[in-house]
Amino acid sequence: MEFPYLSAIIFLPVIGAIIIALLPGANPRRIKLTAALFTAVSFALSLALFAMFDRSIDGPQFVEQFSWIPAFNVQYFLGVDGLSLPLVLLTTFIGFLAVLISWKVDLRIKEYFAWLLLLEMGILGVFCSLDLILFFIFWEVELIPMYMLISIWGTGRKEYSAIKFVLYTLFGSAFMLAGILLLYLQAGTFDMIVLAGMGLDSILSSMMAGGIFFLIIVAYAIKLPIVPFHTWLPDAHTDAPTAVSVVLAGVLLKMGGYGMIRVSVSIFPETAERYALLFVVIAVIGVIYGAALTLRQTDLKKLIAYSSVSHMGFVLLGIFALSEVSMTGAVLQMVSHGVITGLLFAMVGLVYYKTHERSIPRLGGLVRQMPVIAVVFSIAGFAALGLPGTSGFAAEAITFVGSYGSTIVSGIEIYTILAITGVVFSAGYILWMLRRVFYGPPWDEYNGVPDADRLEKVYIFAFVAVIMLIGLYPVIFTNVIKMGIQPIVGMING
Amino acid sequence: MPNIAVWAIFLLPFLSFLIIGLILRPFFNNRPMLSAYTTIIAIAGSLILSIWALIAVNGAENHVLTDVSYQWLSIGDLVINIGITMDSLAAIMVVTVSTISLLVQIYSIGYMKGDGGFARYFAFMSLFTGSMLGLVMANNLLFLFLFWEGVGLCSYLLIGFWFHKPSAARAAMKAFLVTRIGDFGFLVAVIFLYVKTGTFDIGELHELALAGVLGGTTLTLAAIGIFSGAVGKSGQFPLHTWLPDAMEGPTPVSALIHAATMVTAGVYLIARMFPMIASSETAITVVAIIGGFTAIFAASMGLVATDIKRVLAFSTISQLGYMMLGMGAVGMGYASGAIDEHHAMALGVAVAIFHLFTHAFFKALLFLGSGSVSHATGTFDMRKMGGLRKIQPWTYATFLIGSLSLAGIWPLAGFWSKEGILHEANAYAPVLFWLAMITVFMTAFYMFRAVFLTFHGEYRGGEEGSHGHGLHESPKIIIIPLVILAVFAVIAGWLPVGDFLGADVHFSFFGALTSWLAWVSLIFGFAGILLAYAIYGRKLLSAESIGKSLGPIYTLLIRKYFIDELYERIFLMRFLVDGVFVVLGWIDAHIVDGAVNGVAMVTMTGGKVMRRLETGQLQVYGLAIFVGILAIVAFLFMFN
Repeated sequence: MEFPYLSAIIFLPVIGAIIIALLPGANPRRIKLTAALFTAVSFALSLALFAMFDRSIDGPQFVEQFSWIPAFNVQYFLGVDGLSLPLVLLTTFIGFLAVLISWKVDLRIKEYFAWLLLLEMGILGVFCSLDLILFFIFWEVELIPMYMLISIWGTGRKEYSAIKFVLYTLFGSAFMLAGILLLYLQAGTFDMIVLAGMGLDSILSSMMAGGIFFLIIVAYAIKLPIVPFHTWLPDAHTDAPTAVSVVLAGVLLKMGGYGMIRVSVSIFPETAERYALLFVVIAVIGVIYGAALTLRQTDLKKLIAYSSVSHMGFVLLGIFALSEVSMTGAVLQMVSHGVITGLLFAMVGLVYYKTHERSIPRLGGLVRQMPVIAVVFSIAGFAALGLPGTSGFAAEAITFVGSYGSTIVSGIEIYTILAITGVVFSAGYILWMLRRVFYGPPWDEYNGVPDADRLEKVYIFAFVAVIMLIGLYPVIFTNVIKMGIQPIVGMING
Repeated sequence: MPNIAVWAIFLLPFLSFLIIGLILRPFFNNRPMLSAYTTIIAIAGSLILSIWALIAVNGAENHVLTDVSYQWLSIGDLVINIGITMDSLAAIMVVTVSTISLLVQIYSIGYMKGDGGFARYFAFMSLFTGSMLGLVMANNLLFLFLFWEGVGLCSYLLIGFWFHKPSAARAAMKAFLVTRIGDFGFLVAVIFLYVKTGTFDIGELHELALAGVLGGTTLTLAAIGIFSGAVGKSGQFPLHTWLPDAMEGPTPVSALIHAATMVTAGVYLIARMFPMIASSETAITVVAIIGGFTAIFAASMGLVATDIKRVLAFSTISQLGYMMLGMGAVGMGYASGAIDEHHAMALGVAVAIFHLFTHAFFKALLFLGSGSVSHATGTFDMRKMGGLRKIQPWTYATFLIGSLSLAGIWPLAGFWSKEGILHEANAYAPVLFWLAMITVFMTAFYMFRAVFLTFHGEYRGGEEGSHGHGLHESPKIIIIPLVILAVFAVIAGWLPVGDFLGADVHFSFFGALTSWLAWVSLIFGFAGILLAYAIYGRKLLSAESIGKSLGPIYTLLIRKYFIDELYERIFLMRFLVDGVFVVLGWIDAHIVDGAVNGVAMVTMTGGKVMRRLETGQLQVYGLAIFVGILAIVAFLFMFN
């Protein structure tokens, strides 16, 4: 048997968390180094996996499959394919950087880092599980650390936001669990690969298939989120501590998009096709509505948070245009948005940490005091508005071309064009924000505010490098992603 | 000429950008001149290679030296290439761009001396030039779009170069946003064309359009989409509002934007796509009308502007309108069947690009001249200048040459290229021709108004608090580029650009004066100069009393037809920000989120009620379980 790479990647952060919990005393440096070490190894392993991944075959690789609860045919079944591998890599990357971003946390450090590592474990488990029960467990596990992190280390109305996040997610999970159980009663297995190959659309009555499809997708719709299930997002993002916002926007939202493709579309391709129009329309509404709300925000963090609602609309559009190109674009958009928005939240965190101010009208002229932060914030902003040469453009262009050319939904050309208006809006709110915060005459009250220090430069430049790399050479990811998308699209057309 | 040398034309300035950004700026910040030298060497290299390419293209079969593509990305049926072409159009453009850019960079050494952002300035200028060179060489629309946005980014960075000035930061944002509205149409058109034809390749699109495979509404929509991109970049009506404000950047940047690297991109795009766009009669007519209208519309605002750079900015918008008009007129001739395909395709490109070529020299000259003037006076406000003729003789002489050339006076460069456009407009779009003729008069008037206000009469004091060591001529590093540009502003019209682009243009130095059209346009031009002389030179007529007697019109012009107010105050602030967005925000907070909180409240209340059901009586529980099971069974039974 080969080395259980995926288990190692998923559970290294847990081991790290346990060690941190057991470390005698509370030497902050030792705690942080432990956290950094374990997330770094996990990241290195997933990089290795990315390098070793066979880009010529579809289906899961690095599989680990054992029977777990034989009575119900539940398995411990892990594996990654072209769809999940990029997200695993994204998660470990951001997981590692989140530790660096948290370096200046000074409240109850031990618990903080333990929770942060457990959070990473939960997300990684979701992306690697190929058994629905295992998937569900990981999906739920992530809630606890998230609740703790927001409610203890957050700011503002942190308890309200944390409980809202948890209840909202649980609400979706309840439906998903009902859907999964119903699915089991019908198909007799939780094995996602087997389920995807069964052609359940034609076996089940269309009402049953549709029922299960909608029960399950509610959870993903909340997570992504799609309008009108998005209102937890600005609250949670805004009140979470910086590193948690980064993880939340960077990878947690992607669980929703991933679930839609991996579970909803893969298992019920024809049902997905039948309801594609509904989701495409919601996607367009999300893009425009989200952008319009973003334009009104005066809180730096809320502005970035709302922009996610708009950008996730592109993901939803790409998924439900149901073509190989559009879905590949959607997955690339998830990766790209993860890095870009992760960086944006990190930058907001830096500005806030140094100025103690997040209200845009009360900031200004900061480029003099913090040139490095201003430059990197601008780069992230231009990536977010889809400037060619950055990952934002590569992902959006592929999604748009794929959606526009899709034949699944009639009139999708019009919906795609409406979605493309999002690029004008995003230019509006990004440039307005940059001008207000960084340009204009320097303000005396911010004299002496420090620029990014060395550690901060390390992680913000790492983000920038990835944004540029994907922007200039997206093939690195698309060659992997399309191997995961092809079989799914094959089922739709087949 | 080896392929790598062609690629190097646009890669050299990119390399310079990387060297400055990654090495010089972080590690040699105390020696800013290194950045200037790096930029100048890189662009000089581009210029040499461009001239080499021009010569090689001239000798190449079909005037195409290179046309190569490499696969960049492939997903399913989507294939995206990166590729360049070096044909006669690209060759003319790279030579023009690198020549102007090189002179502007040399001038900048003098102009930007002592500025805190010296290295940053040259880094951006390198990137700007490299993007524009890449833009004119790209052979497919998506690759072109990459550079297109790159040019937009650089103009944002350079217009906002002095970001501590709120007006500069605002102008930069405005430039990017307004052009992005046009880019939206461009991007949609590119995607639309790809889905319809399966290619981004410009050459293939032309073949499909000329063969009629791509036609009808599809072609018209795509052509108009592409044109909307050009409208934004080239500051055509109704997306012209950003260009006058773009004056906030350093003057050499304005020179580069107006002459070579930014606004000409739109005209170039239409020239590059000309066979496709001209295949749609509707689209090419739109091009002609927008161009012709913009020409006179912008010129009218130039009549009253008091900032010398704004006068030049309106002039640029107007001249770009001419170029659009030239292509539009030829395209209309082609659509009506008056010109055969082979001839029309070359002619349309030739008239526009010839004017772009000559305009690049005299407009760069005029901008750099205005920079030289402000170097002495500390202002761009012509009301505070005057009498500089004696103090700045070199600046005056070169500025005068540029003005004459722009006014289209024989035998200077502007005369020849403007004649070409007027000739085609007269033949195929007579109404627009007369608008263009009136524009000739206006152009001559506003340029010589600027000349008389700036250089003649008495000095009116300059900017208060400007440097106290008195007025002076600018240093050599500023004057030499002016002189070189002035030479081109005279002779550029004598160069066989049209022939090189494949149109049979018969050049005859004196023969040009035998046509009635030349005389009419010269009379219009001289009339404009004379009127300016009468008002601002000899003061025979009082500008104030004319302004008063034409009160409402004067207000309309000075306020730029209230279009900025319409866009920004009424549409953006009133309608969107204070209207639609407020409503949406209220809906989100009270209805969407309100529902969530409402559900939570109902649940809480429900919980209190439900608590009473937990009575602890096993019989009740048993009953509930029984009913529940019954329901599940019934459910399963119904669906199986």
